[in-house]
Amino acid sequence: MIMNAEFQIWRGGKDSAGRFESYTIETTEGMVVLDAVHHIQSSQAPDLAVRWNCKAGKCGSCSAEINGTPKLMCMTRLSELPLGQPVTIAPLKAFPLIRDLVTDVSWNFRVKKKIPPFRPRKPDAPDGTWRIAQEDIDRVQEFRKCIECFLCQDVCHVLRDHQQFESFSGPRYMVYLAALEMHPLDVEDRIPLIKKENGIGLCNITKCCTAVCPEEIRITDNAIIPLKERVVDRFYDPIRKLFNLFK
Amino acid sequence: MIGYDEWHYDVLVIGAGGAGLRAAIEASATGARVGVICKSLLGKAHTVMAEGGIAAALSNVDERDNWQVHFTDTMRGGQYINNWRMAELHAREAPKCVHELESWGALFDRTDDGRILQRNFGGHKYPRLAHVGDRTGLEMIRTLQDHGIHMGMEVHMECTIISLLKDEGRIAGAFGYDRQRGGFILFHAPAVILATGGVGRAYRITSNSWEYSGDGHALAYQAGAALIDMEFLQFHPTGMVWPPGVQGILVTEGVRGEGGILLNNKNERFMFNDIPPLYRNQTADSPEEGWRYTQGDRDARRPPELLTRDHVARCIVREIREGRGSPHKGVYLDISWIREKMPDAPGFIRRKLPGMYHQFKKLAGIDITKEPMEVGPTTHYMMGGVMVDADTQMSTIPGLFAAGECAAGLHGANRLGGNSLSDLLVFGKRAGLYAAEFASQNKAGKTDDVNIQSLADDAVSFFRQPDGENPYAVMTALQEMMQDLAGIVRTESELLQAKESLIQFRQRARKVRVEGNREYNNAWHTALDLQHMIIVSEAITLAAIYRKESRGAHFRIDYPDPDPVNGKMNQVIRKDSDGRMRVESIPLKPVRPDLQQLIDEMK
Repeated sequence: MIMNAEFQIWRGGKDSAGRFESYTIETTEGMVVLDAVHHIQSSQAPDLAVRWNCKAGKCGSCSAEINGTPKLMCMTRLSELPLGQPVTIAPLKAFPLIRDLVTDVSWNFRVKKKIPPFRPRKPDAPDGTWRIAQEDIDRVQEFRKCIECFLCQDVCHVLRDHQQFESFSGPRYMVYLAALEMHPLDVEDRIPLIKKENGIGLCNITKCCTAVCPEEIRITDNAIIPLKERVVDRFYDPIRKLFNLFK
Repeated sequence: MIGYDEWHYDVLVIGAGGAGLRAAIEASATGARVGVICKSLLGKAHTVMAEGGIAAALSNVDERDNWQVHFTDTMRGGQYINNWRMAELHAREAPKCVHELESWGALFDRTDDGRILQRNFGGHKYPRLAHVGDRTGLEMIRTLQDHGIHMGMEVHMECTIISLLKDEGRIAGAFGYDRQRGGFILFHAPAVILATGGVGRAYRITSNSWEYSGDGHALAYQAGAALIDMEFLQFHPTGMVWPPGVQGILVTEGVRGEGGILLNNKNERFMFNDIPPLYRNQTADSPEEGWRYTQGDRDARRPPELLTRDHVARCIVREIREGRGSPHKGVYLDISWIREKMPDAPGFIRRKLPGMYHQFKKLAGIDITKEPMEVGPTTHYMMGGVMVDADTQMSTIPGLFAAGECAAGLHGANRLGGNSLSDLLVFGKRAGLYAAEFASQNKAGKTDDVNIQSLADDAVSFFRQPDGENPYAVMTALQEMMQDLAGIVRTESELLQAKESLIQFRQRARKVRVEGNREYNNAWHTALDLQHMIIVSEAITLAAIYRKESRGAHFRIDYPDPDPVNGKMNQVIRKDSDGRMRVESIPLKPVRPDLQQLIDEMK
């Protein structure tokens, strides 16, 4: 089944005024948005900037806003989209534009570097390693599915609309922190940091991050809320407060 | 004059996949100043695509396993032209490297008694692959990344190297560009580690992403280093074949490890029809025995679907060529049939192969718990690469090291699944250690500004071509040509045709035209990558012409059998003093007697 479809792709660099440019191509069965972008790049717009790698939803490079929704271009089939009208493809809005569909996501890497790394307890099995039960790591393995596509960061109101990059680390790093905090071997205490530096209190659990996660990680329910609970237990427990008063 | 930024390191690591990061961690741990060049963003390298697991004789699931069995499996898989010392080091050191990853936070799936779980894979005698569902590579790269960023290394993301620099015969640094701004960068370093991965982009159907243009292979060759085994390119038997856009994307061998079977359009399990003599003793007689093997029956032998990748890929090609293929020119891979054997088969499949379930559901609209997948061979892994010293990973150029896919020797004529992830760890670590040691003993060499100016000028020349071709078009034509003439089934006349046509491609690639400016210009990147792809294509083609036999991944219909004389040789590719590519056969080093004895005992 071959049909023509129109794509409106954001063109422009950080210093120039950007605009949507329209491209029409022939589409074929099973095509994904990234195929369409590559087709346009090789035939009509050779210098179109796009970031991609694995093309299989595993590396999280080709994040963009397709018809206004943050998605991976490689995992969005054209058959999911209304092709009767133009498909818009725009760069992630929360991050500074580099060019066309490519944004500067380096802030994310800086945030991660500030989080204290994994620190295991001493090996306690006779062979110098550890014994870990599968049921103790099921929940952490969910978090470790994250492909760092930053779609959750892009859609998060605190970052996207309020630009609170200094005071909130965003859903991706709440998932990262949850993976560390719930790791059965880890002995580091990050709870004070999660409250202060990572700003977990700023999340008002609208669950937009969960909605866009291509790995279907239940970010809000399984990572953010349990971390909020840990922060509350440590800092806002009235009984503990009373106890501390008389200590 | 074209300007450039300058950086000084003790060790420069080119590539930030598993091997590069492991090397950078080891070098940083010695206190060396380490720079890491990352062609994409950090953590996106092709290691994330590795699915099935890391091969290491932990003997958690079957205590009969040990490094000796792993060693002989690797040698048998490589048809005995492997570098036996590398195979020994790899088998001995892999378990420790896996535990090291665990101590850095990796969470592998567990056995009932809380140890690292291991699964079956092609060519491995016992269940040996430590894994995390079917996303082992992601777990590994993320662990290395999250550990590495706290080791003091500096990462240059979205940066590509276009040339290595030498000073009187030894390495002095590297020259490249930054994708985002398009500016040039000069890196000074007395020790450089190549960890650039594979060459899959030279072919139309590949599991590799755009990054795998053979940069390390081409950079080393251009600098005068020797490459070996370039005729051995692994075609993974199971890539997706439909829809067209996803053609080539990997379908993990783990599907077959968990009980998946291969069928032709006559619903026949064709793998039972052709079992190579080297493996006859180890292969199941009946589907029933094969199933018992996948379920952990220790007396059962492996099903023929778990024969080595070279063999399975060729059997699939034969089915397709002889008209027994599926509608989209593949064959069927079926895991859904196991519902005959277990009560909660769909749940089991989704738990063991979540990535595959998701990938087929999303991209092909197929529910693998209910229906078979369509699969066919895809260009996957380069066994050949930079010739290195087994212990130190140093190439034939002092100060230049290589690790991972771009280095050669461990896998011989065919790599076993799971051995690449362990390769990255074992030899990444060694390369990092010895590169740091080399750097501590040797001062940085001098770089030559005239040479650097000419490299930069060459790189921007594509913007000045008045009527050159579109770089994407030339790349696609090259991929088609290599796919057709130097693919999975080879013959002299086609290879000679490929060689001839590469002369034209070299000229076309020099003259492609790029529009716009240097800021994140994918056309310009493609024009530069193309130069490397052509060098590796030439190396593959020449080596394939000269190996007049069939062995492992190299299959010649005009010489369909292994030849004992060829079986004692590696082929070396070097750049001649007149700039031409030359092939030369060198004899294998005799295997150490104790290792030879192991091989003979386990034949």
